[in-house]
Amino acid sequence: MLESVPFYFDHNATTPVDPQALETFTETARDVYGNASSIHHFGQAAKQHLETARRGVAGRLGASPREIVFTSGGTESNNLAILGSVRASNTTRKHVITTQIEHPAVLNACQELHRQGVEITFLRVGAACVVDPDDLKRELRPHTVLISVMHANNETGAIQPIPQLAAIAREHGITFHSDGVQAAGRVDSHVSRLGVDLYSISAHKMNGLKGAGALFVREKTHVHPVLFGGHQERDRRPGTENIPAIAAFGVAAELPLPDTSALRDRLEKGILASVPNARVNAAVSPRLPNTTNICFPGASGEAILIALDLAGFAVSSGAACSSGSIEPSHVLLAMGQSHNQAQSSLRFSLGAGNTIDQVDALIHAVSKVAHAHHREKIYA
Amino acid sequence: MPERIAVAMSGGLDSSVVAAKLKREGYDVVGMTMQLWNQRRLPEVASDQATGRCCSLDDVYDARHVAGQIGIPFYVVNYEKQFEERVVQPFVQDYLEGRTPIPCTLCNNFIKFDQFFDIADAAGAAMVATGHYARVTQNAETGRQELRTAFDLTKDQTYFLFGLTQQQLARTMFPLGETRKSETRELARSYGLAVAEKGESYEICFVPNGDYAQFIDAYLREQGSPREPRPGPLLSSDGRKLGEHRGVHHFTVGQRKGLGVSSPEPLYVIATDPQSHTVTVGSNQDLLRPSLTARDMHWVSIDGLQAPTRAQVKIRNRHMPAWATVEPLEGNHIRALFDQPQRAVTPGQAAVLYDGDLVLGGGWIE
Repeated sequence: MLESVPFYFDHNATTPVDPQALETFTETARDVYGNASSIHHFGQAAKQHLETARRGVAGRLGASPREIVFTSGGTESNNLAILGSVRASNTTRKHVITTQIEHPAVLNACQELHRQGVEITFLRVGAACVVDPDDLKRELRPHTVLISVMHANNETGAIQPIPQLAAIAREHGITFHSDGVQAAGRVDSHVSRLGVDLYSISAHKMNGLKGAGALFVREKTHVHPVLFGGHQERDRRPGTENIPAIAAFGVAAELPLPDTSALRDRLEKGILASVPNARVNAAVSPRLPNTTNICFPGASGEAILIALDLAGFAVSSGAACSSGSIEPSHVLLAMGQSHNQAQSSLRFSLGAGNTIDQVDALIHAVSKVAHAHHREKIYA
Repeated sequence: MPERIAVAMSGGLDSSVVAAKLKREGYDVVGMTMQLWNQRRLPEVASDQATGRCCSLDDVYDARHVAGQIGIPFYVVNYEKQFEERVVQPFVQDYLEGRTPIPCTLCNNFIKFDQFFDIADAAGAAMVATGHYARVTQNAETGRQELRTAFDLTKDQTYFLFGLTQQQLARTMFPLGETRKSETRELARSYGLAVAEKGESYEICFVPNGDYAQFIDAYLREQGSPREPRPGPLLSSDGRKLGEHRGVHHFTVGQRKGLGVSSPEPLYVIATDPQSHTVTVGSNQDLLRPSLTARDMHWVSIDGLQAPTRAQVKIRNRHMPAWATVEPLEGNHIRALFDQPQRAVTPGQAAVLYDGDLVLGGGWIE
């Protein structure tokens, strides 16, 4: 395999584990093996760790600890929010509004509801990759029971106008969910300022570990469980809690994520300056400070990605399908891009550990690879 | 720095051994699997047999496993769109027009030895290696790249490779060209590869259950242009109507099963005509043809043909090449006059010309 440790520019896929969070994880895994539901000493210790973590996560979101439901991660949080809140609504006809740019955990949960007879509207976005609040208003129906719009898009980083959208929902008494997996910690994720009723987050996108996530459920918002079992998490999510990962999540949630906006801007400018006709997707929109998605017209994003990986730089393109090959991003297609354009784009996402030197090396490598492909007619 | 080689890994035995062998020889090997077709796309033709077929998730899993075992970087590259346009759609069209196509040749010409070279470029690989049983040599005098049959003639795959260009051959390695299949398996065992005992696939990769007509119907339905069933008459070779058939695309020249008529002696399809929707059947004797013409000739190891030449002509993959006198015709066609009439000369299949182990060139039977 590769001799040197590659530079990591794929923090929207997952983040490295923070050393403090890792220490908490290993210590907890070793020492706190009790079941948090047990009455005895061991159970009590586990429960203490669970509740400490809950306060940490709640603090990050400006929520009350009782409003935090721990889950196995972002996918489960989104499923619980969508399936759970729709099942909890008591109308006979049900309508859900979401967008075309959501993560598959939201899109496919909605598709499942559709198979069960729920009406679903997928809002479109323009080239800016941002939902228009007027579009949302137009699609409201008397029996709309849930609106789900992601806080920040995982591929372009485009930030959605959640406060405006949530205000529309509130006006009409509709539950509002936002998938905050990418946004939490990177931009203001205070649930009261956002105005959301449900908000999904994941530990491993904020330097915690895989296997832990949370759903913020505002007081008086009803969510039916999607898994059935014991009474954990106030009857909303059964199963013995993953204490080590949750404890590490609590620690990670309290740590500020590094501000990578200057590095991101440097990377973006550097690539645009050295690769003619490269352009930034959704450049006009407010975006996550760590994300840039760049189109290299006529080039194969897959080819550049492989070349960069072999040169020691980890980036991403589109979405991996079940075989591990790349399919054109449904987000870029929803923005009106062609199949070819979508396949010519790469996502660079920064985080803890990235340095100016790494960014400059990446700019150099991208420029070299893009020019090499130009010469060897990867540009069709 | 060792030379970098991109190995096209299908997850099968042969390409796995190629990757491991080259790695042991000290090359900087990058493994790549081409994702060509989503095997779950047409549920009608899905089959348990899809495991062990190209592009199934199991095969990608195996390729990745082997890459991990031998310690090379590994990528899955997606050519589903190109494969559909360049291979699947022509395949469907050929069948509808009464021909029996060979998708593997199109895939080699337009995907495996074309698109794949671009990704090899991207990976910085000067050479591409595959698990095909064939050899490439260079003519010492002319410098021309020559395609030759594999040492193991029972596995030789040159019939599917005649379309390769000089440029493509110059960048291609077939490390199994001098290896027998049994030796390949022994190598896999000695390397400890996870696929050492894996079986082989013979069907066309995107039709795992082997039912082409069903695939074509399912594909056209998915594309929103379902075919009306076009039954037609089943005729004897002297023009008598023997019965009805379900549509010409269910039949291929030489086919014996599924004709739906009984006869004292075995009957075979001897011709299909999509225009009149007729299928003509006859005896084994009726299948014999003294000659063939082929179009779009591609010359591999020679520049071309100026005068009638003796050559061995192979008219399908499992055919013993037959001696013929081959004469060039106008418009890049050839006519081959067989010394002995050949059975089931099938439009759409390739006619590949050999001089001993040397592949002269090939074209498409009309």
